[in-house]
Amino acid sequence: MASAVSAIFILDLKGKVLISRNYRGDIPMSAVEKFLPLVLEAEEDSQAPAPCFTDDGINYLYIRHNNLFLLAITRKNSNATTVMLFLHTIAEVLTEYFKELEEESIRDNFVIIYELLDEMMDFGYPQTTESKILQEYITQDAYKLEVQVRPPMAVTNAVSWRSEGIRYRKNEVFLDVVESVNLLVNANGNVLRSEILGAVKMKVFLSGMPELRLGLNDKVMFESTGRSPTKGKSIEMEDVKFHQCVRLSKFENDRTISFIPPDGEFDLMTYRLNTQVKPLIWVEALVENYTGSRVEYLIRAKAQFKRRSSANNVEIHIPVPEDADTPKFRSGIGSVQYVPEKACVIWKIKQFQGGKEFSMRAHFGLPSVKNLEDADKRPPMSIKFEIPYFTTSGIQVRYLKIQERSGYAALPWVRYITQNGDYQMRMPDSIKASKMAPI
Amino acid sequence: MADFIKQNAHRFFANNKKGENAELLADLNSEYRDRRKDAVKRVIANMTVGKDVSSLFPQVVKNMQTEDLEMKKLVYLYLMNYAKSNPDLVILAVNTFVKDTDHVNPLIRALAIRTMGCIRVDKILDHLCEPLRKCLQDDNPYVRKTAAICVAKLWDLDQERALENGFVTTLQDLVSDSNPMVVSNAVTALAEMQESSATKDVFVVNVAFMNKMLAALNECTEWGQIAILTSLAEYKPLDSKEAENICERVIPRLQHANGSVVLSAIRVIMMFMRHIKSDDFVKGLVKKMSPPLVSLLASAPEVQYVSLRNINLILQKRPDILQNDVRVFFCKYNDPPYVKREKLEIMIKLCNEKNIEQILSELKEYASEVDVDFVRKAVHAIGRCAIMIDEASERCVNVLLDLINTKVNYVVQEAIIVIKDIFRKYPKRYEAIIPTLCQNLDSLDEPEAKGSLIWIIGEYAERIENADELIENFLETFLEENSQVQLQLLTATVKLFLKKPSQSQEIVHRVLQTATQEIDNPDTRDRAYVYWRLLSTDPQAAKAVVLSEKPPISVETSTISPGLMDELINNISTLASVYHKPPKAFMGNRAFSADAVKKAAAADARDEEQNMGDAALESPTATGGAAAAKNPIADLLDLDFGSSEPALTSPPVSSSSQKPSGPNYSADLFDFSSDVPSSSGNGAMGVMGSMSGFGITMAPTTSSTAAPAPAGNNDPFGDLGGFGQPAQQQQQQQKPATSQSSATNDLLGLF
Repeated sequence: MASAVSAIFILDLKGKVLISRNYRGDIPMSAVEKFLPLVLEAEEDSQAPAPCFTDDGINYLYIRHNNLFLLAITRKNSNATTVMLFLHTIAEVLTEYFKELEEESIRDNFVIIYELLDEMMDFGYPQTTESKILQEYITQDAYKLEVQVRPPMAVTNAVSWRSEGIRYRKNEVFLDVVESVNLLVNANGNVLRSEILGAVKMKVFLSGMPELRLGLNDKVMFESTGRSPTKGKSIEMEDVKFHQCVRLSKFENDRTISFIPPDGEFDLMTYRLNTQVKPLIWVEALVENYTGSRVEYLIRAKAQFKRRSSANNVEIHIPVPEDADTPKFRSGIGSVQYVPEKACVIWKIKQFQGGKEFSMRAHFGLPSVKNLEDADKRPPMSIKFEIPYFTTSGIQVRYLKIQERSGYAALPWVRYITQNGDYQMRMPDSIKASKMAPI
Repeated sequence: MADFIKQNAHRFFANNKKGENAELLADLNSEYRDRRKDAVKRVIANMTVGKDVSSLFPQVVKNMQTEDLEMKKLVYLYLMNYAKSNPDLVILAVNTFVKDTDHVNPLIRALAIRTMGCIRVDKILDHLCEPLRKCLQDDNPYVRKTAAICVAKLWDLDQERALENGFVTTLQDLVSDSNPMVVSNAVTALAEMQESSATKDVFVVNVAFMNKMLAALNECTEWGQIAILTSLAEYKPLDSKEAENICERVIPRLQHANGSVVLSAIRVIMMFMRHIKSDDFVKGLVKKMSPPLVSLLASAPEVQYVSLRNINLILQKRPDILQNDVRVFFCKYNDPPYVKREKLEIMIKLCNEKNIEQILSELKEYASEVDVDFVRKAVHAIGRCAIMIDEASERCVNVLLDLINTKVNYVVQEAIIVIKDIFRKYPKRYEAIIPTLCQNLDSLDEPEAKGSLIWIIGEYAERIENADELIENFLETFLEENSQVQLQLLTATVKLFLKKPSQSQEIVHRVLQTATQEIDNPDTRDRAYVYWRLLSTDPQAAKAVVLSEKPPISVETSTISPGLMDELINNISTLASVYHKPPKAFMGNRAFSADAVKKAAAADARDEEQNMGDAALESPTATGGAAAAKNPIADLLDLDFGSSEPALTSPPVSSSSQKPSGPNYSADLFDFSSDVPSSSGNGAMGVMGSMSGFGITMAPTTSSTAAPAPAGNNDPFGDLGGFGQPAQQQQQQQKPATSQSSATNDLLGLF
């Protein structure tokens, strides 16, 4: 059950190793040469290659990041979840260090990457991976100073994500409650899936070691304490995930969310709700195909939320045949744009008020010769939007208590926003139209 | 991060001219610090791009003694890479190392002990123990946590020495350290050492350890929590109550943002659940596990993949979980193919009368996507639903008919393949669709699809008016067909003859003649001989054999044997749980115990791919009569263990005949040849001679079918020729490889 990995590689898409670190010396580093050929072989056999596979007693686990592969190899029955997450963590930390993680930034920073790989993993076991803490003692600048850096207390502390001695002149906390709506609607207009993925994101500018307590209108908490919400409704979260700063056992006991936050930006918690809600933006498509020579789309979009809210930057992506030409559009609102390289039409609406309904017509010519071999790709329509000051779930921050030894007063700011997640609606089959409709 | 914008490292890599090493040598010896540092950087850059700079060893090591931390780190890095190639020179570095473990800066102390442990050279070990002892007692937790891991490094190289120096005891003490990271690293090291220890007494998780670990759990980093949860699972609870208590302590971890913490917690809960007597408590646990499992699907695709493989396992162990969540497994258009494939598997596992309508409409949708592989799997899934849920079979058949009407070639072929399974499961129920199937006769070009349709025609010959014409039609290209199709045609023709003797006497004669005289493939030729002899000796016996009842087929949602299941549950979140194979099967350890072989074979029976069939087909054809010389069992195993990635293993047996790609036809033949070694002397017309090879290979094949196989994968036509009665066959499959079956004996009496 030991989860150790033997070595980590960062490769380009041609399989060339850009940098590597051998942690255990139990696998010849040449094993990496087989990696890409094996992946390509699997691809050829039309088997979608899985992100981990075994060959000749060596296990390969890898992720794609931009134009790179991050690969871990191991001989043991390693903890695959840990390895995958660790590879993602490497990508995140390096991205925070260099803004972009790509071939060039790796070449430019190989010294520091070696240092980080050494610090983040020892003998194949993940160690410190908090990029904010790492940045305190692994930096390029530190060596210019005469004073030698020391390991920050936080590295091994129970509070491994926050250093002591942080000072701000103005103590502030910003809370963003962001809800992403995942929606899948089939061609008949039935909602197959509808879930809300919420996140409470924080930006913390607080001095010292502050103790924070966050109160939400959490139904389970109200029930367990026998109180009822003073106003408004309470909500039931299906599953809550917390940043490691939150005391999980305390939450399990009495549903209080208490924590010492990291400095700066982080995601305090995410939650999921499966409650069926009316899709916020409903789009209907009518596709008419005129004996293969042209195709017409009638798109109707409805904002199904309260009138006093409105959705901003709405984008409706409508897939069209790849060989469509001579686009013509007519819409009641917003702008319509044909993006041939993505084979779709994008209808943009800056502001879409609740309760309103708009429609758009698009018309395309189709080449007379059609390659029947090509199976029709049928991507779904996807919709992007943002609705500020609004949450679908009705989640509310009731309080955020901030306590610090020095007793300063800090200001919490809260914002709510709902946006699209995976918001997709499948296209209906086109109907064969006989009569010509005017455009 | 303005600090890191660029250090202009290109120049380190760009220097490519000849005599570079000489130049580096000069710079490494320079009197200027900056120049030396620059040279070390260039050395490391060369190392990074794979150039050999080991010849600079003494000069680089000379730069080790420096107060410049960056320089020191670079030299250490160099040492780790090249110590192995210069073991004698490593001694040069020892002094500095030992001095550094005494440095005032804890960062350097830790760095030195960490690096020393990574230099896997005996000479270093002599000098490692004293500094390591000091570092294990260091005031600074950063040094202690590094030293803890270092003990595991030493252990890996020299267990004796680690024991002699009492490091194991020291590590055990560190489990009670005041610092959470020291505790988790001590646990990590001990767990690894326990695994490779001969006496298995390095880290026996007892009540005291368990309590300390539980106490540290709340304070550790995410990775530390994983280590602790992993070791916690090793604890053997005394009674139900204790198991409940531990589960309760672990439950809060399900709320952690790190998916691996969540899965590790689920592993503990799943393992301890076995000890819990209260059904209500277990129910509560199952209920609590569902939402976190669903949330794992919001992670990165690679993590989703690992999670889905684990959910697949957990579902087989506890079918009551996730019952109302099938929708979350619906595929998104932009999911990577490997995620879609796993979601599809889980959708089928969760399929029941209530949600079948939804699932069917999803599957139909997937069947119109562009990824051929996925489309085929979706079509196949519809067939599996039909076989699983009797009430839904008609709807499934209708969907399949709709799909056949799309005339998309690969959809039609896959649909016909699964319809054959539906016919086997529900004989005589859907005869009405046969004409529709036959309309697509000409578009079939894949052996399995062709074989399936031919099987249907043979099986229903008496109800298909023009069955003889259809068969005749296929026979035109008999000699060019894939052996799989040939076998099918052979059997179908014989069936036709037995059902309608008047119309087809001429056909059957012609087929048998062609097969025995013009075909070299022993499978086909010998089956023709067998039929011929049966028909000429005793037509009644032929009827009894060829037209016998087929054993029922079923699609089981749980396809892993209970023993293997328990082992896999113990390995939740690890590679074993992803491959669905016991760790031994892929850990480079090629010596298998008989038990492991059996387990592994059983594991494979469920594999969606048809490797089992391929393997079974390949080894006899390739090794032929000489099979006894090679060990076909080993060959099969080699194939098997790669089979979760079938494309990635090169089969050790390279088939000389055309590669059969279909299901396990020859398995049927094995059924009646199992005790051949004793009776091969009287082999009729050379039949038995070439079969003796099969007798041996049969072992893994049949033992693998002991676990219920998904329909259509293993042996899709059941007994094809129908040798042996179903009941006996069943029984035979469950017997160990060497047993002789009575059915076989009966049959051999026929010759």
